[in-house]
Amino acid sequence: MSETLRLRLQAFLPPAIAMLLFILAWEVGCIVFNVDEFVLPRPSVAFASYLKWQTAIWPNALQTLMTTVVGFGIAIVLGVALGAIIGYSALMYRALYPLLIAFNSVPKAALVPVFVIWFGIGTVPAVLIAFLISFFPIAVNVATGIATVEPELRDVLRSLGASQFDIFRKVGFPRSAPYFFASLKVAITLAFVGSVIAELGASNNGIGNMMVIASSRFEVPLVFAGLMVVAVMGIALYAVFAVLERRLAAWAYRSRGV
Amino acid sequence: MPTPCVELRHVSLHYHSDGKPVHALEDVSLTVEQGEFVSIAGPSGCGKTTILKLVSGLMPATRGQVLIDGQVVSGPQKRVGMAFQNPSLLPWRSALGNVLLPLEVVQPHRAQFNTQRKAYEEEARRLLHIVGLDGFADKPPYQLSGGMQQRVALCRALIHQPEILLLDEPFAALDAFTREELWGVLQELWTARRCTVIMVTHDLREAVFLSNHVYVMSKRPGTIVHQQIIDLPRPRTLADTFEPRFVEYVRQIYDKIGEVRQ
Ligand SMILES: Nc1ncnc2c1ncn2[C@@H]1O[C@H](COP(=O)(O)OP(=O)(O)O)[C@@H](O)[C@H]1O
Ligand SMILES: [Mg+2]
Repeated sequence: MSETLRLRLQAFLPPAIAMLLFILAWEVGCIVFNVDEFVLPRPSVAFASYLKWQTAIWPNALQTLMTTVVGFGIAIVLGVALGAIIGYSALMYRALYPLLIAFNSVPKAALVPVFVIWFGIGTVPAVLIAFLISFFPIAVNVATGIATVEPELRDVLRSLGASQFDIFRKVGFPRSAPYFFASLKVAITLAFVGSVIAELGASNNGIGNMMVIASSRFEVPLVFAGLMVVAVMGIALYAVFAVLERRLAAWAYRSRGV
Repeated sequence: MPTPCVELRHVSLHYHSDGKPVHALEDVSLTVEQGEFVSIAGPSGCGKTTILKLVSGLMPATRGQVLIDGQVVSGPQKRVGMAFQNPSLLPWRSALGNVLLPLEVVQPHRAQFNTQRKAYEEEARRLLHIVGLDGFADKPPYQLSGGMQQRVALCRALIHQPEILLLDEPFAALDAFTREELWGVLQELWTARRCTVIMVTHDLREAVFLSNHVYVMSKRPGTIVHQQIIDLPRPRTLADTFEPRFVEYVRQIYDKIGEVRQ
């Protein structure tokens, strides 16, 4: 019992200390170098601003969260589907991979004005950007997981007369689960970035929109309060998927002895 | 005369990789009677694994025919159980889960798997007990030694009661002690089940110990160059392997391989 507690602390303490030191250095640095609040507010000032504007921040944060989750959900469904297709079929892989790379190379921020033209200002562009930005790592990881299934494992199933679907269910899917969950951790933070970027210019609410309004009123501490909220939500979402990964793809960690 | 259980008629096989064909098997003919234990011995790369893949229906012959009970094999057969050269266990399943796998795929077990799960698990545990894996049923593969994993693979090949058991160098990766211990286990399983076994090996003592009939293959392109009926009483023990008759069989086959090489 105390052993597990010790392990938990070992996992938790280093990042917590690093984070505290970072905030401390920021605070002290601003004081020592006498940095103008208008340029870079101290964390304590940003936090004070957060407390002051809490009631305004949270509805926006929740809006951003919802946008992110919807876009991310679509990315999971389509990412897994496309990943499975290109993972299974070498032909589809060759045909679609360059296209996928091309799409991924387009800066997503550059698509915001396009989506505004198509869908107007609002939630839709943000959802789409969150989807587009998080779709790629999911598809690529699922494809990798499936394409790298050991031929021997597939033969075990094939020799029993298993159908392609059986093979996917019993081998392909569980085999790619660690890749899938690893990609979710990355993709959720990307989706978050995507929705905030879209909100900066193409939304009437959300934390991104709030930051634009704050900066236009020269409320720099509020801008930073918004940034902090974004960062904290990013960490929280990452943690959720990291825990999911540990739970649902535990075998991959265990067999690596981690 | 009964129809032979497994028959290869003038089978040839070419692999096509990187454009140039690899001629793996050339005109291989052999017959295996119902309930026989047959070994195929030969140097590495001579096409032994290829023969098993043909019999299991994992791939078709380039020329010639593979028949099971007089029927041409055109795809995987549920009557066949196969243990591969590597244990190839699913790393996310326990030993027990791995043994149960064929029952989740092969009919009629598949249809009753959920309702009969208890009975199936019992059967799987019984097999694990026979191969000496009591207490390891719930362990994941990475916690088992190579020999233990190979035993699990053997149980997996047997769980759905196949009529034909195909074994691809099942003990090649093991140390001598474990290997010879598992010869005994396999002999016991075969005596109890009386299924037809085709085992591939490059170990002549292993072949003589376990088989009724040993086929010897040449280097690639592999073809049968010698066959030997092993007329020794069963059950055979490790002590028997030092008996003159046993040693004589091994030497005969060994000499034959030497002749073929020249
Ligand atoms: N998938 C494949 N593609 C191309 N060549 C192969 C393939 N599988 C096996 N071979 C070649 O066929 C020959 C026979 O292989 P195999 O049956 O695995 O030999 P063995 O099991 O006797 O060691 C080898 O020379 C090997 O290199
Ligand atoms: Mg082989």
